[in-house]
Amino acid sequence: MSAWAWIGVALLGGVGALARFGLDGLVQRRAGGELPAGTLAVNLTGSFCLGLLTGLAVTGDALLLAGTAALGSFTTFSTLVLETERLGEDGRGRLALLNLGLSLAGGLAAAGAGWALGAAL
Amino acid sequence: MAPHHARRERRGLLLAVFAGGIVGTLARAEVARLLPASGDAWPWATFAVNCAGAFLIGLLVTRLQERLPPARFGRPFVGTGLCGALTTFSTFQVEILRIAHDGHVLLAAGYLVASVATGLVLVYAATAAVRRVRLT
Repeated sequence: MSAWAWIGVALLGGVGALARFGLDGLVQRRAGGELPAGTLAVNLTGSFCLGLLTGLAVTGDALLLAGTAALGSFTTFSTLVLETERLGEDGRGRLALLNLGLSLAGGLAAAGAGWALGAAL
Repeated sequence: MAPHHARRERRGLLLAVFAGGIVGTLARAEVARLLPASGDAWPWATFAVNCAGAFLIGLLVTRLQERLPPARFGRPFVGTGLCGALTTFSTFQVEILRIAHDGHVLLAAGYLVASVATGLVLVYAATAAVRRVRLT
C-alpha cells in the first residue's frame, strides 16, 4: 500500500469517527429513551453503505478508503457491546437483548438491502 | 460557561474523537493487511480487532468513569475515537452475508454468535478486573 493510501486511510478513519460522533449525538438527543438509538442508527446506516459498495463490486484502494477506513471507522462493535453489557448490568436484560436483536437483524437486513441495490445498479 | 470557552471545549472534543479515530483505523487496517480475508474462511482480522476493542473499551471506559479523576477528553479519545474506530460493525455484517452467500451458513452463524458472545464476555471481564482494584 502506498504512503498516500495510508494517509487517506488515516484521515478518512478520523472523519468516520467524527461522523459517528455527530450522528450518534443527533439521534440520541432526538430519541431520548434508554435504547442506545444513536449507535443503532450509525451501525445500520454504515452496514447499508458497505453492502452497497459490495454490491457495486468496488475493490482495491477505493474499497480500502471508502469501506475499510471510512465506513469501518464510522460503525462500531465495541460501543455496541459496551452499551449492551451496561444495560444488562443495570438489570435491563430485555432492553439489552432488544438492542442486540435490532442491531444484528437490522444490520444484516440493511447490508443485504444495500448489496442487492448495488448489484442491481 | 463563556461562549469562547464552550467553543474551545467543543473543538477539543472533536479533535479527541478525530485523533482517536485515526489511531484506531490505522491499527484495524494494518491487522486487515496482515490477516487478509479469504472468501469462505473465518474472518480472523475483524474477529481480532472486535475482540481487542471490546476488551479495551471495557477496561478504559470503566477506569475513566470509576477510577481516574475526571478527564474531559479521555472518553472521546479512547472510547468514541480509538475503540470505536478499531472495531467495526459494517465489515462484520457484510462478512456474515458473504460467508452465508457462499453456502457456509453454519460458519456465518457461528461467526456472528462467537463475535457477540466473546465481545460481551470481554467487556464484562475487563470491567470486573478494573473494579476489583480497590479505590485508595
